[in-house]
Amino acid sequence: MTAVDETTDPNPTDPVTETPANGARAHSHGAGTVPDASRAERVTSYDVADFAVPRGREEEWKFSPLKVLAPLFAEAAADADETAHVEVSGPDAVEHRTGTPAEIGAGAGFRPGDRAAAASWAATTQAHLVRIPAEAELDAPVLVTVRGEAGRTTSGHLLIEAGHHSKGLVVLDHVGGGAHRGGVEVRVGDGAQVTVVSLQEWDDDAIHVGQHDVLVGRDAFARHIAVSLGGKAVRISANLRYAGPGGDAQLLGVYFADAAQHLEHRQFVDHEATNCKSYVEYKGALQGEGAHAVWIGDVLIRAAAEGTETYELNRNLLLTDGARADSVPNLEIETGEIVGAGHASATGRFDDEQLFYLQSRGMPEADARRLVVRGFFADIIGRIGLPDLAERLMATIETELAATMPGAHDALQAVATGTSTTTQTTTEEN
Amino acid sequence: MATLEIRDLHVTVAEADGGVKEILRGVDLTIRSGEVHAIMGPNGSGKSTLAYSIAGHPKYTVTSGSVTLDGEDVLAMTVDERARAGLFLAMQYPVEVPGVTVSNFLRTAKTAVDGEAPKLRTWVKDVKQAMDDLRMDPTFAERNVNENFSGGEKKRHEILQMELLKPKFAVLDETDSGLDVDALKVVSEGVNRSLERTDVGVLLITHYTRILRYIKPQFVHVFVDGRVAEQGGPELADALEESGYDRFLAKA
Ligand SMILES: Nc1ncnc2c1ncn2[C@@H]1O[C@H](COP(=O)(O)OP(=O)(O)OP(=O)(O)O)[C@@H](O)[C@H]1O
Ligand SMILES: [Mg+2]
Repeated sequence: MTAVDETTDPNPTDPVTETPANGARAHSHGAGTVPDASRAERVTSYDVADFAVPRGREEEWKFSPLKVLAPLFAEAAADADETAHVEVSGPDAVEHRTGTPAEIGAGAGFRPGDRAAAASWAATTQAHLVRIPAEAELDAPVLVTVRGEAGRTTSGHLLIEAGHHSKGLVVLDHVGGGAHRGGVEVRVGDGAQVTVVSLQEWDDDAIHVGQHDVLVGRDAFARHIAVSLGGKAVRISANLRYAGPGGDAQLLGVYFADAAQHLEHRQFVDHEATNCKSYVEYKGALQGEGAHAVWIGDVLIRAAAEGTETYELNRNLLLTDGARADSVPNLEIETGEIVGAGHASATGRFDDEQLFYLQSRGMPEADARRLVVRGFFADIIGRIGLPDLAERLMATIETELAATMPGAHDALQAVATGTSTTTQTTTEEN
Repeated sequence: MATLEIRDLHVTVAEADGGVKEILRGVDLTIRSGEVHAIMGPNGSGKSTLAYSIAGHPKYTVTSGSVTLDGEDVLAMTVDERARAGLFLAMQYPVEVPGVTVSNFLRTAKTAVDGEAPKLRTWVKDVKQAMDDLRMDPTFAERNVNENFSGGEKKRHEILQMELLKPKFAVLDETDSGLDVDALKVVSEGVNRSLERTDVGVLLITHYTRILRYIKPQFVHVFVDGRVAEQGGPELADALEESGYDRFLAKA
């Protein structure tokens, strides 16, 4: 996919900023909007009262459709039952328990970072624990289904605890309608290797705000994959922290935003431990009037986090006119002793040369487009590691794609919000 | 027996400054099944423009003239219709298609060109054999189309497609460029196999004569400044080898 870079940033910087993953280079994009003095200063709290109802002026809410999301900012009434309908299945080795967040031991790796998350935490009476015992290697995925109901607001908390040196895959599937706020807490034990996939396969009218905190143990590998296809408005914040040195983590995502659909993905990677790696890659396609995708990639490398290696990347493919993609990478580096740090963001449209090549091999235009879109998403969806699921997701994407094909690919609008990068210290390191 | 006929073809491109530039200025060529025509010409003479115009690239506008395949109006066809009618273009600079494997791409193309999916058993065997013939490692099939391919690998992949898709006419645009001698032989053998097996007509576009040592043309056309300046048999290529294009450029 050739990127067509367009930007309407009031402080335009290079819209595609690529920094090689080894050898940090000094950035000079200080002119962009800096949300807070530092991302580290953003409030986290279990108390709803610590978060005002967002009005839309706040940096972290300025892209979100607050009217649509309003039900998720309300505190649950004392007598309300907001228990989400959850089904859990998986291999025998996996332990599943329910209880209050306190009863299942939730919270050690999770702190609400916004009003919806705090309200959800407060309203959750039945949280779910999925525990992969230490050293267990699962031979099949754990499947957790959250089923929303039209007309209801549900809250929930899922704690995924992977014991040390365990290996496993958990697929969390959000289906149905209504309004859902959900916390996901992933605690990855030392040396464990865990993938958590969060599928947003909501009905068209559903709204969802979710916070997913991943805590990576020493020398552990964690992968979080968000796949947002359904819903009216979905906002997933994935936060990554390291409990010890040597952790390696990936935050991946794909999304397909249709007309009038808002899909927002925010990540915060907080590097404090030494010698950890992070890799963020989100790819999305947008089509139709009012399709809106937001990607905010915050990475903080604290002074203590020597030996850090990080890279973040967001690519948007605009399939029609009237769609808008906001893409904001934000990299804060407080130590020079890092292996590498970089980011890239690009928003583009179909590459005519690619389409010509495929058509010159006999494929009708619609088929050629389908193949290009399939290819665009294939890599990340393939990394889920479940061929049947990958095929199902591809089929959903192709069904959505069929709605606009053959599309008007000449008239496109890209609003890349540009890059806002705060860099305290960046120096060359071998 | 099929015939590809190009008559008085004029082609323009839109320039970056909004102007229009005529690149092909009246090209006449007739190619029949089984024939090999070499089109030789200096850089910028319009060889790729001819190739792309036959294939239907949207960047090029045909302002007059005709291209017909057995009397059918090729210019009225979409790009994919031309391919399904039996035209094939091996590109000078093949394009990357991220996330699409060679094996998926080949199968999709074969299905599109034939109008039906190939029989799985024979298809897998055919692909394997064709890749083997072109000295391509089997792991190649699982790589993404043209992504991180070397220049030589890209050209082999183009000829692989020609062998598998079995077009009536193939336009090979500088298939020899960027190939070392060994690769040049392998790729030429591929073209010769197609000639033997399928009676394809070949329009071999090249700047240098070296590929003509392995693929023998019956006709040589010297292309200068958007039209055929001279034509003849293989001896014309030998003459070019000796004297280069200077004589034609001086004339132009
Ligand atoms: N978009 C364009 N705007 C202006 N000029 C163009 C454009 N595209 C092609 N040309 C010009 O048309 C001419 C013919 O180009 P073409 O690629 O067909 O030549 P060629 O014979 O294939 O050259 P080479 O041997 O380098 O491959 C060149 O002078 C080229 O610069
Ligand atoms: Mg050329």
